[in-house]
Amino acid sequence: MKQLIKKLVEAWGPSGYEHHMRELIKEEIKGLYDDMFVDPMGSLICRVGTKTDSNLRIMVAAHMDEIGLMVSHIDRNGFLRFTNIGGLMPSTLNGNRVKFENGVIGTIAVENMWGKMYELPKLDGFYIDVSEGLNGDSGNKNAPIQVGDPAGFHRTFEERGNRLVAKSMDDRIGCAVAIETMRKLKQLGCKHEVYFAFTVQEEVGLRGARPAAHGINPDLGIALDVTGTGDTAKADHMAVALGKGAAIKVRDGGMIVPPAVKNLMVDTAEKHKIPYQLEILNGGTTDAMAIQTAQSGVPSGCISIPCRYVHTVNETVDMVDVQASVDLLAAMLSNPIEGVKPV
Amino acid sequence: MALQDTMLKQLSEAAGVSGAEDEVRQLIYDTIKDHVTDLRVDTMGNLLAVKKGTGKSSLKVMVAAHMDEVGFMVTGVDGEGLIKFASVGGIDPRILPALRVHVGKDRTPGVITWKPIHLSYKEKDVKKTDSFRIDIGADNKGAAEGKAQLGDRITFASETIALTDNIVRGKAFDDRAGCAELIELVKGDPFPFDLLVAFTVQEEIGLRGAKVAAQALNPDVAIVLETTAAHEVPQDEDEPDITTVTKLGHGPVITYMDKASIAHPGLRKAFVRVAGQLGIPHQFRSPQYAGGTDAGAIQTSMAGVATITISLPCRYLHSPYLILDLNDFQNAVKLVRATLMQLSPSDLER
Repeated sequence: MKQLIKKLVEAWGPSGYEHHMRELIKEEIKGLYDDMFVDPMGSLICRVGTKTDSNLRIMVAAHMDEIGLMVSHIDRNGFLRFTNIGGLMPSTLNGNRVKFENGVIGTIAVENMWGKMYELPKLDGFYIDVSEGLNGDSGNKNAPIQVGDPAGFHRTFEERGNRLVAKSMDDRIGCAVAIETMRKLKQLGCKHEVYFAFTVQEEVGLRGARPAAHGINPDLGIALDVTGTGDTAKADHMAVALGKGAAIKVRDGGMIVPPAVKNLMVDTAEKHKIPYQLEILNGGTTDAMAIQTAQSGVPSGCISIPCRYVHTVNETVDMVDVQASVDLLAAMLSNPIEGVKPV
Repeated sequence: MALQDTMLKQLSEAAGVSGAEDEVRQLIYDTIKDHVTDLRVDTMGNLLAVKKGTGKSSLKVMVAAHMDEVGFMVTGVDGEGLIKFASVGGIDPRILPALRVHVGKDRTPGVITWKPIHLSYKEKDVKKTDSFRIDIGADNKGAAEGKAQLGDRITFASETIALTDNIVRGKAFDDRAGCAELIELVKGDPFPFDLLVAFTVQEEIGLRGAKVAAQALNPDVAIVLETTAAHEVPQDEDEPDITTVTKLGHGPVITYMDKASIAHPGLRKAFVRVAGQLGIPHQFRSPQYAGGTDAGAIQTSMAGVATITISLPCRYLHSPYLILDLNDFQNAVKLVRATLMQLSPSDLER
């Protein structure tokens, strides 16, 4: 599974430009689904199992996109100015490397770096250097980059004991959990009609999950996404820690999980002795919010993978939590489910 | 193309502040009624219609432009007979002092208050919108209330004129220019498919009409005709180097991304391809500081819609005096028409 995670997190795919991720996932899931299609927004949707009178149609969503940036202007000196794709944190930018779709590596720098050592500029104080030293410009006016070109962060996957460190664990780790669950269902058997939706454009406002949910119109929605932790220095008060198991969402900034859905997850975890913790996240939300309010409403919840340093290139998760998330989801989908409809 | 060859003057001089688009809607209704079928006004006030195609393609293609404009609303009258007001849509309070406006259905002329230079000392701060009033010459509260009911809309008072053969100035080109483009498409040759036509309401206050229109029409593809900011005046010395890339006269603007949507990559390629084939000048817009358009609401409606925004570069957006190049207008109509004529399902593949 670590090989799969490495492949996924290192892939290129800012919001709106998920096509490489989509092709990569298509390769990984060959033979694991009964039906597959790409919806108008670009979400990859795979059906496993069939609807009967006694089971549920379930949507499982993990988003393929990652935060990144887009070139907004090439300045007088040939340096690239940019705008954010998703929640870019200025404190993570200086010194970082980005990669464009054509393979060009750019380095992010800040205007007047030493003079502003202790200041945190806004986005327009940063620029990307793609200079090659091949012409007279200090930047590169001939770079094969145009206004409108998107870039993702460029960073390798690292392993440190149980901890996995990489860019874009948000939400490639959710994609990995979904794929691994599909594999596991091959052995366990799938008791429901499950639509694994690898969604797009989550980071810019859940834009992929809502239409996908509209199309699928499920009885139950489950998002797989990262959540923050409260186990670091002076962190916000939050009772989620790395290594303590799958985080079952109770509420976040965008949704309240119906008690029946939360209880279903808790009971399943207890029954199968899967380590879990309850998650209450103050800010932020996931695709589950968009699924919950699609069509005439869908009971929805979220299995969260605890993650430190979300939206940096060092997003850190723990393999114990990742495995627990796979086990929990697989246990739910391979057993009958009762009582999740109206709260 | 001259100003009188388009509907731009009538459209932009009509009153249509968000939520009160009636005049604009009536004008468009009368103009297109002989060219479309299924002409109807929905609950929100959107004007929807179908332009019959040749039947060669079964694609469901929606083209949208919003009828509403930014403006103001009467919020009360104070003891001196001056009208209190609030902005409808994004209006920079820096442009307010001394503006001419029209109040209510009767278009009562008025002017926004300011302190003349004779009485001003050290007044450099930008005042907030609620510290301004509109003066309609009423000398008491009752006289003003007779002309300005609570909730009445207020528009910029601005005539649409041609500055040169091709450069025009007026209010509300955002988005009456888009409406005028859509009217040209409706009046022109049939497309291979039925064209789903949507003149939307309430874009300026949160894309509210387009969402409902898209749900009713349930298209496969949507093209949003809009305006976008062009700005070519000298920069301040300490202004960060973030020059806006769109320029007046450099052709229609193909959008990559704005704050509400990321363009469908296949549609983007189709527009670039057709522009290249036909040698139509075109440009791209900076995704920085960009607002959102109806594309944001349409794209995520129902099970998702392949969507793109094609804009006209326009100076001084959200003011009484927008400046537009009719050559850009003509090229935008040409580009959208040609691209739609060629559009095939393969352009929509992800």
